[in-house]
Amino acid sequence: MSEAEPKDWPLWEVFVRSAHGLAHKHVGSLHAAGPEMALQNARDVYTRRNEGASLWIVRASDIVATQPEDREALFTAAEDKPYRHPTHYTVPEGVKNL
Amino acid sequence: MYTQMVDVSERGLDENSEQQRIFDDKIDRGVTIEADDWMPRAYRETLVRQISQHAHSEIVGMLPEGNWITRAPSLERKCILMAKVQDEAGHGLYLYSAAETLGTSREAMIDALLSGRSKYSSIFNYPTLTWADVGAIGWLVDGAAIINQIPLTRCSYGPYARAMVRVCKEESFHQRQGFEVLTTLCRGTPDQKALAQDALDRWWWPAVMMFGPPDAESKHNERSMRWKIKLYTNDELRQKFVDQTAPQADFLDLAIPDPDLAWNGERGHYDFGSPNWTEFYDVVSGNGPCNRERLRARIAAHEDGAWVREAAVAYAEKRKQ
Ligand SMILES: [Fe+2]
Ligand SMILES: [Fe+2]
Repeated sequence: MSEAEPKDWPLWEVFVRSAHGLAHKHVGSLHAAGPEMALQNARDVYTRRNEGASLWIVRASDIVATQPEDREALFTAAEDKPYRHPTHYTVPEGVKNL
Repeated sequence: MYTQMVDVSERGLDENSEQQRIFDDKIDRGVTIEADDWMPRAYRETLVRQISQHAHSEIVGMLPEGNWITRAPSLERKCILMAKVQDEAGHGLYLYSAAETLGTSREAMIDALLSGRSKYSSIFNYPTLTWADVGAIGWLVDGAAIINQIPLTRCSYGPYARAMVRVCKEESFHQRQGFEVLTTLCRGTPDQKALAQDALDRWWWPAVMMFGPPDAESKHNERSMRWKIKLYTNDELRQKFVDQTAPQADFLDLAIPDPDLAWNGERGHYDFGSPNWTEFYDVVSGNGPCNRERLRARIAAHEDGAWVREAAVAYAEKRKQ
Protein backbone atom coordinates (compact mmCIF):
# COMPACT_ATOMS: atom_id res chain seq x y z
CA MET A 1 0.00 0.00 0.00
CA SER A 2 2.39 2.67 -1.14
CA GLU A 3 0.96 6.07 -1.97
CA ALA A 4 4.24 7.93 -1.55
CA GLU A 5 4.04 10.94 -3.80
CA PRO A 6 7.11 11.94 -5.76
CA LYS A 7 6.93 15.35 -4.09
CA ASP A 8 8.33 13.92 -0.86
CA TRP A 9 12.10 14.09 -0.60
CA PRO A 10 13.87 10.71 -0.67
CA LEU A 11 13.86 8.69 2.53
CA TRP A 12 17.16 7.99 4.29
CA GLU A 13 17.85 5.49 7.04
CA VAL A 14 20.09 6.68 9.86
CA PHE A 15 22.69 4.59 11.70
CA VAL A 16 24.59 5.86 14.73
CA ARG A 17 27.74 4.45 16.31
CA SER A 18 27.92 5.35 19.97
CA ALA A 19 31.16 6.31 21.65
CA HIS A 20 31.29 2.97 23.45
CA GLY A 21 32.82 1.00 20.62
CA LEU A 22 29.62 -0.72 19.49
CA ALA A 23 28.67 -1.16 15.84
CA HIS A 24 26.49 1.36 14.01
CA LYS A 25 22.89 0.85 15.01
CA HIS A 26 19.75 1.80 13.11
CA VAL A 27 17.98 4.65 14.92
CA GLY A 28 15.35 5.85 12.48
CA SER A 29 14.80 7.59 9.21
CA LEU A 30 14.28 11.03 7.71
CA HIS A 31 13.60 12.83 4.46
CA ALA A 32 16.22 15.03 2.81
CA ALA A 33 16.84 16.44 -0.65
CA GLY A 34 20.39 15.09 -0.84
CA PRO A 35 23.11 13.29 1.13
CA GLU A 36 24.65 16.36 2.82
CA MET A 37 21.28 17.57 4.00
CA ALA A 38 20.48 14.05 5.21
CA LEU A 39 23.65 14.04 7.32
CA GLN A 40 22.93 17.47 8.78
CA ASN A 41 19.34 16.55 9.60
CA ALA A 42 20.42 13.23 11.11
CA ARG A 43 22.82 15.08 13.34
CA ASP A 44 20.03 17.42 14.50
CA VAL A 45 17.31 14.82 14.86
CA TYR A 46 19.17 11.79 16.23
CA THR A 47 22.26 13.01 18.10
CA ARG A 48 21.20 15.93 20.26
CA ARG A 49 22.41 14.25 23.45
CA ASN A 50 25.85 12.87 22.63
CA GLU A 51 24.32 9.66 21.33
CA GLY A 52 26.93 9.17 18.70
CA ALA A 53 30.50 9.45 17.49
CA SER A 54 29.72 8.54 13.88
CA LEU A 55 26.75 8.62 11.51
CA TRP A 56 25.89 6.49 8.49
CA ILE A 57 23.18 7.57 6.10
CA VAL A 58 21.75 5.13 3.57
CA ARG A 59 19.10 5.84 1.00
CA ALA A 60 16.16 3.65 2.00
CA SER A 61 15.60 2.56 -1.61
CA ASP A 62 19.16 1.16 -1.72
CA ILE A 63 18.59 -1.28 1.12
CA VAL A 64 18.16 -4.90 0.11
CA ALA A 65 15.96 -6.75 2.60
CA THR A 66 14.44 -10.18 3.12
CA GLN A 67 10.69 -10.49 2.64
CA PRO A 68 8.33 -11.75 5.37
CA GLU A 69 7.37 -14.73 3.16
CA ASP A 70 11.03 -15.80 2.97
CA ARG A 71 11.26 -16.08 6.72
CA GLU A 72 10.64 -19.80 6.90
CA ALA A 73 13.02 -20.77 4.12
CA LEU A 74 15.81 -18.55 5.42
CA PHE A 75 15.64 -18.75 9.15
CA THR A 76 13.92 -21.91 10.35
CA ALA A 77 16.67 -24.20 9.01
CA ALA A 78 18.83 -23.23 11.98
CA GLU A 79 16.23 -24.43 14.45
CA ASP A 80 17.12 -28.12 14.19
CA LYS A 81 20.85 -27.58 14.58
CA PRO A 82 21.21 -27.33 18.35
CA TYR A 83 24.79 -28.64 18.05
CA ARG A 84 25.77 -25.14 16.94
CA HIS A 85 25.28 -23.93 20.51
CA PRO A 86 27.60 -24.72 23.41
CA THR A 87 24.62 -25.65 25.59
CA HIS A 88 24.17 -28.78 23.41
CA TYR A 89 27.17 -30.42 25.04
CA THR A 90 27.46 -31.90 28.52
CA VAL A 91 30.63 -31.03 30.31
CA PRO A 92 31.73 -33.94 32.52
CA GLU A 93 31.73 -33.10 36.19
CA GLY A 94 35.02 -31.84 37.48
CA VAL A 95 36.27 -30.61 34.09
CA LYS A 96 37.13 -26.93 34.24
CA ASN A 97 37.74 -24.08 31.76
CA LEU A 98 35.70 -25.71 28.98
CA MET B 1 -16.83 -2.24 16.48
CA TYR B 2 -15.40 -1.32 13.11
CA THR B 3 -15.08 2.22 11.84
CA GLN B 4 -16.93 3.31 8.76
CA MET B 5 -13.65 3.44 6.87
CA VAL B 6 -13.60 -0.33 6.48
CA ASP B 7 -15.70 -1.58 3.64
CA VAL B 8 -17.74 -4.70 4.17
CA SER B 9 -16.19 -6.96 1.57
CA GLU B 10 -12.65 -6.47 2.76
CA ARG B 11 -13.76 -6.93 6.34
CA GLY B 12 -15.30 -10.28 5.53
CA LEU B 13 -12.16 -11.35 3.74
CA ASP B 14 -9.94 -10.24 6.60
CA GLU B 15 -11.80 -12.14 9.23
CA ASN B 16 -11.76 -15.49 7.51
CA SER B 17 -8.33 -15.46 5.99
CA GLU B 18 -5.32 -17.41 7.13
CA GLN B 19 -3.44 -14.11 7.32
CA GLN B 20 -5.98 -12.75 9.78
CA ARG B 21 -5.54 -15.85 11.93
CA ILE B 22 -1.74 -15.39 11.95
CA PHE B 23 -2.16 -11.70 12.81
CA ASP B 24 -4.57 -12.39 15.69
CA ASP B 25 -2.25 -15.06 17.00
CA LYS B 26 0.72 -12.66 17.00
CA ILE B 27 -1.30 -10.03 18.84
CA ASP B 28 -2.38 -12.60 21.44
CA ARG B 29 1.18 -13.82 21.96
CA GLY B 30 2.54 -10.27 22.20
CA VAL B 31 4.67 -10.56 19.05
CA THR B 32 5.16 -7.11 17.50
CA ILE B 33 3.71 -6.40 14.08
CA GLU B 34 6.28 -4.98 11.66
CA ALA B 35 5.81 -2.75 8.62
CA ASP B 36 6.07 -5.52 6.04
CA ASP B 37 3.77 -7.94 7.90
CA TRP B 38 0.20 -8.45 6.77
CA MET B 39 -2.26 -6.51 8.89
CA PRO B 40 -6.01 -5.86 8.70
CA ARG B 41 -6.88 -2.70 6.87
CA ALA B 42 -8.68 -1.21 9.88
CA TYR B 43 -5.61 -1.80 12.07
CA ARG B 44 -3.47 0.03 9.53
CA GLU B 45 -5.92 2.90 9.22
CA THR B 46 -6.33 3.26 12.96
CA LEU B 47 -2.56 3.43 13.38
CA VAL B 48 -2.12 5.97 10.59
CA ARG B 49 -4.77 8.16 12.17
CA GLN B 50 -3.38 7.82 15.70
CA ILE B 51 0.31 8.18 14.85
CA SER B 52 -0.18 11.11 12.46
CA GLN B 53 -2.35 12.94 15.01
CA HIS B 54 0.30 12.27 17.60
CA ALA B 55 2.93 13.72 15.24
CA HIS B 56 0.79 16.79 14.51
CA SER B 57 0.41 17.35 18.27
CA GLU B 58 4.18 17.45 18.70
CA ILE B 59 4.55 19.93 15.85
CA VAL B 60 1.67 22.23 16.81
CA GLY B 61 2.77 21.85 20.43
CA MET B 62 5.89 23.85 19.62
CA LEU B 63 3.82 27.00 19.01
CA PRO B 64 2.53 27.86 22.52
CA GLU B 65 6.03 27.48 23.97
CA GLY B 66 8.05 28.83 21.05
CA ASN B 67 6.10 31.98 21.73
CA TRP B 68 8.08 32.39 25.00
CA ILE B 69 11.65 31.63 23.92
CA THR B 70 12.62 35.27 23.44
CA ARG B 71 10.87 36.31 26.65
CA ALA B 72 12.11 33.57 29.00
CA PRO B 73 13.53 35.35 32.08
CA SER B 74 17.20 34.29 31.80
CA LEU B 75 19.70 33.00 29.25
CA GLU B 76 19.57 29.56 30.87
CA ARG B 77 15.77 29.45 30.69
CA LYS B 78 15.95 30.46 27.03
CA CYS B 79 18.41 27.65 26.29
CA ILE B 80 16.29 25.12 28.17
CA LEU B 81 13.10 26.14 26.42
CA MET B 82 14.78 26.11 23.03
CA ALA B 83 16.10 22.59 23.69
CA LYS B 84 12.64 21.43 24.73
CA VAL B 85 10.93 22.91 21.68
CA GLN B 86 13.61 21.36 19.46
CA ASP B 87 12.91 17.98 21.09
CA GLU B 88 9.22 18.34 20.24
CA ALA B 89 10.15 18.89 16.58
CA GLY B 90 12.19 15.69 16.78
CA HIS B 91 9.25 13.81 18.32
CA GLY B 92 7.08 14.94 15.43
CA LEU B 93 9.67 13.66 12.94
CA TYR B 94 10.08 10.25 14.63
CA LEU B 95 6.32 9.85 14.56
CA TYR B 96 5.83 10.94 10.95
CA SER B 97 8.49 8.36 10.00
CA ALA B 98 6.67 5.67 11.97
CA ALA B 99 3.39 6.53 10.22
CA GLU B 100 5.10 6.44 6.81
CA THR B 101 6.04 2.79 7.34
CA LEU B 102 2.28 2.12 7.04
CA GLY B 103 2.21 3.46 3.50
CA THR B 104 1.08 7.03 3.93
CA SER B 105 3.29 9.86 2.66
CA ARG B 106 4.69 12.77 4.66
CA GLU B 107 3.17 15.14 2.15
CA ALA B 108 -0.30 13.65 2.64
CA MET B 109 -0.07 13.93 6.40
CA ILE B 110 1.13 17.54 6.35
CA ASP B 111 -1.64 18.33 3.91
CA ALA B 112 -4.22 16.75 6.23
CA LEU B 113 -2.97 18.92 9.10
CA LEU B 114 -2.81 22.18 7.18
CA SER B 115 -6.22 21.70 5.57
CA GLY B 116 -7.76 21.07 9.00
CA ARG B 117 -8.84 17.49 8.14
CA SER B 118 -6.56 15.92 10.72
CA LYS B 119 -6.74 16.64 14.45
CA TYR B 120 -4.07 17.31 17.04
CA SER B 121 -4.24 17.37 20.82
CA SER B 122 -6.85 19.86 22.01
CA ILE B 123 -4.49 21.17 24.72
CA PHE B 124 -2.48 23.22 22.24
CA ASN B 125 -5.47 25.38 21.41
CA TYR B 126 -5.16 27.21 24.72
CA PRO B 127 -3.05 30.39 24.97
CA THR B 128 0.19 30.83 26.94
CA LEU B 129 -0.48 34.15 28.63
CA THR B 130 2.34 34.35 31.20
CA TRP B 131 5.75 32.83 31.90
CA ALA B 132 4.12 30.61 34.53
CA ASP B 133 2.19 28.94 31.68
CA VAL B 134 5.47 27.59 30.32
CA GLY B 135 6.05 25.96 33.71
CA ALA B 136 2.50 24.62 33.82
CA ILE B 137 2.83 23.13 30.33
CA GLY B 138 6.03 21.26 31.20
CA TRP B 139 4.64 20.01 34.51
CA LEU B 140 1.07 19.15 33.45
CA VAL B 141 1.02 18.76 29.67
CA ASP B 142 4.33 16.92 29.31
CA GLY B 143 3.44 15.06 32.53
CA ALA B 144 0.19 13.86 30.96
CA ALA B 145 1.96 13.06 27.70
CA ILE B 146 4.46 10.85 29.54
CA ILE B 147 1.66 8.88 31.20
CA ASN B 148 0.09 8.41 27.79
CA GLN B 149 3.31 7.51 26.01
CA ILE B 150 5.03 5.09 28.39
CA PRO B 151 2.55 2.25 27.72
CA LEU B 152 2.87 2.93 23.99
CA THR B 153 6.50 1.75 24.11
CA ARG B 154 4.94 -1.72 24.48
CA CYS B 155 2.23 -1.35 21.83
CA SER B 156 1.79 -3.97 19.12
CA TYR B 157 3.17 -1.98 16.18
CA GLY B 158 6.97 -2.13 16.21
CA PRO B 159 7.89 1.17 14.50
CA TYR B 160 5.47 3.12 16.74
CA ALA B 161 6.73 1.40 19.90
CA ARG B 162 10.36 2.11 19.00
CA ALA B 163 9.64 5.78 18.26
CA MET B 164 7.99 6.01 21.67
CA VAL B 165 11.09 4.66 23.41
CA ARG B 166 13.11 7.59 22.05
CA VAL B 167 10.36 10.08 22.84
CA CYS B 168 9.96 8.89 26.44
CA LYS B 169 13.69 9.10 27.08
CA GLU B 170 13.68 12.74 26.01
CA GLU B 171 10.41 13.67 27.65
CA SER B 172 11.37 13.45 31.30
CA PHE B 173 13.49 16.61 31.28
CA HIS B 174 10.50 18.47 29.83
CA GLN B 175 8.38 17.74 32.84
CA ARG B 176 11.15 18.49 35.32
CA GLN B 177 12.06 21.85 33.83
CA GLY B 178 8.40 22.87 34.01
CA PHE B 179 8.14 21.84 37.64
CA GLU B 180 11.34 23.75 38.37
CA VAL B 181 9.93 26.91 36.76
CA LEU B 182 6.89 26.67 39.03
CA THR B 183 8.95 25.80 42.13
CA THR B 184 11.00 28.94 41.56
CA LEU B 185 7.88 31.08 41.13
CA CYS B 186 6.21 29.56 44.19
CA ARG B 187 9.24 30.39 46.34
CA GLY B 188 9.28 33.97 45.04
CA THR B 189 7.16 37.02 45.77
CA PRO B 190 3.39 36.78 46.40
CA ASP B 191 2.87 38.09 42.86
CA GLN B 192 5.01 35.32 41.41
CA LYS B 193 3.17 32.70 43.45
CA ALA B 194 -0.14 34.14 42.22
CA LEU B 195 1.12 33.79 38.65
CA ALA B 196 1.77 30.09 39.26
CA GLN B 197 -1.68 29.57 40.79
CA ASP B 198 -3.32 31.35 37.88
CA ALA B 199 -1.50 29.09 35.42
CA LEU B 200 -2.62 25.97 37.31
CA ASP B 201 -6.19 27.29 37.37
CA ARG B 202 -6.23 27.62 33.60
CA TRP B 203 -4.26 24.49 32.63
CA TRP B 204 -5.61 21.91 35.08
CA TRP B 205 -8.83 20.97 33.33
CA PRO B 206 -7.46 21.04 29.78
CA ALA B 207 -4.68 18.70 31.02
CA VAL B 208 -7.22 16.34 32.61
CA MET B 209 -9.06 16.29 29.28
CA MET B 210 -5.90 15.32 27.37
CA PHE B 211 -6.66 11.65 28.04
CA GLY B 212 -9.77 11.89 25.88
CA PRO B 213 -13.46 11.33 26.60
CA PRO B 214 -14.61 9.02 29.41
CA ASP B 215 -14.42 5.30 28.62
CA ALA B 216 -18.21 5.05 28.32
CA GLU B 217 -18.17 7.55 25.44
CA SER B 218 -14.94 6.55 23.78
CA LYS B 219 -15.62 4.94 20.41
CA HIS B 220 -12.29 3.29 19.70
CA ASN B 221 -11.17 2.19 23.14
CA GLU B 222 -12.33 -1.40 23.01
CA ARG B 223 -10.98 -2.29 19.59
CA SER B 224 -7.65 -0.53 20.15
CA MET B 225 -7.25 -2.41 23.40
CA ARG B 226 -7.88 -5.72 21.62
CA TRP B 227 -5.20 -4.78 19.09
CA LYS B 228 -2.84 -3.66 21.86
CA ILE B 229 -2.50 -0.22 20.33
CA LYS B 230 -3.91 0.99 23.62
CA LEU B 231 -2.96 -0.79 26.83
CA TYR B 232 -4.91 1.29 29.36
CA THR B 233 -8.25 3.04 29.01
CA ASN B 234 -8.63 6.84 28.99
CA ASP B 235 -10.07 6.80 32.52
CA GLU B 236 -7.29 4.58 33.88
CA LEU B 237 -4.64 6.92 32.52
CA ARG B 238 -6.51 9.98 33.79
CA GLN B 239 -6.66 8.49 37.28
CA LYS B 240 -2.94 7.85 37.17
CA PHE B 241 -2.33 11.47 36.18
CA VAL B 242 -4.43 12.86 39.04
CA ASP B 243 -2.84 10.49 41.58
CA GLN B 244 0.62 11.51 40.49
CA THR B 245 0.00 15.25 40.18
CA ALA B 246 -2.07 16.06 43.27
CA PRO B 247 0.81 15.51 45.75
CA GLN B 248 3.09 17.60 43.51
CA ALA B 249 0.60 20.48 43.72
CA ASP B 250 0.64 20.06 47.51
CA PHE B 251 4.42 20.36 47.44
CA LEU B 252 4.14 23.63 45.51
CA ASP B 253 1.42 24.73 47.94
CA LEU B 254 -0.86 25.40 44.98
CA ALA B 255 -4.58 24.57 44.93
CA ILE B 256 -5.92 22.35 42.16
CA PRO B 257 -9.14 24.01 40.96
CA ASP B 258 -11.39 21.02 41.67
CA PRO B 259 -13.65 21.09 44.77
CA ASP B 260 -14.25 17.34 44.42
CA LEU B 261 -10.57 16.42 44.57
CA ALA B 262 -9.95 14.32 47.69
CA TRP B 263 -7.87 11.31 48.68
CA ASN B 264 -9.98 8.17 48.92
CA GLY B 265 -8.19 5.77 51.25
CA GLU B 266 -10.56 2.95 50.45
CA ARG B 267 -9.85 3.06 46.74
CA GLY B 268 -6.24 4.05 47.21
CA HIS B 269 -6.78 6.80 44.65
CA TYR B 270 -7.84 10.42 44.49
CA ASP B 271 -11.49 11.11 43.73
CA PHE B 272 -11.94 14.02 41.35
CA GLY B 273 -14.58 15.95 39.48
CA SER B 274 -15.62 15.71 35.86
CA PRO B 275 -14.22 18.18 33.34
CA ASN B 276 -16.46 20.26 31.12
CA TRP B 277 -16.74 17.86 28.19
CA THR B 278 -18.80 20.30 26.17
CA GLU B 279 -15.78 22.57 26.15
CA PHE B 280 -13.61 19.62 25.10
CA TYR B 281 -15.78 18.76 22.08
CA ASP B 282 -15.96 22.44 21.23
CA VAL B 283 -12.17 22.76 21.16
CA VAL B 284 -11.75 19.49 19.25
CA SER B 285 -14.18 20.64 16.60
CA GLY B 286 -12.19 23.82 15.98
CA ASN B 287 -13.62 26.41 18.34
CA GLY B 288 -11.01 26.61 21.08
CA PRO B 289 -9.39 29.93 21.97
CA CYS B 290 -6.45 29.45 19.57
CA ASN B 291 -7.46 26.85 16.93
CA ARG B 292 -7.45 29.30 14.05
CA GLU B 293 -4.28 31.04 15.20
CA ARG B 294 -2.38 27.74 15.50
CA LEU B 295 -3.37 26.57 12.06
CA ARG B 296 -2.62 29.95 10.55
CA ALA B 297 0.87 29.88 12.11
CA ARG B 298 1.52 26.36 10.73
CA ILE B 299 0.34 27.29 7.26
CA ALA B 300 2.45 30.46 7.27
CA ALA B 301 5.53 28.50 8.39
CA HIS B 302 4.95 25.96 5.62
CA GLU B 303 4.43 28.57 2.93
CA ASP B 304 7.25 30.83 4.09
CA GLY B 305 9.57 27.83 3.98
CA ALA B 306 8.67 26.89 0.41
CA TRP B 307 11.66 28.69 -1.11
CA VAL B 308 14.04 26.84 1.22
CA ARG B 309 12.63 23.49 0.12
CA GLU B 310 12.87 24.49 -3.53
CA ALA B 311 16.45 25.68 -3.10
CA ALA B 312 17.39 22.42 -1.34
CA VAL B 313 16.00 20.37 -4.23
CA ALA B 314 17.78 22.55 -6.80
CA TYR B 315 21.05 22.16 -4.93
CA ALA B 316 20.69 18.38 -4.64
CA GLU B 317 19.92 18.16 -8.38
CA LYS B 318 22.95 20.24 -9.24
CA ARG B 319 25.25 18.11 -7.07
CA LYS B 320 24.04 14.97 -8.84
CA GLN B 321 25.19 16.24 -12.25
FE1 LIG C 1 6.95 15.48 22.87
FE1 LIG D 1 7.60 17.15 25.64
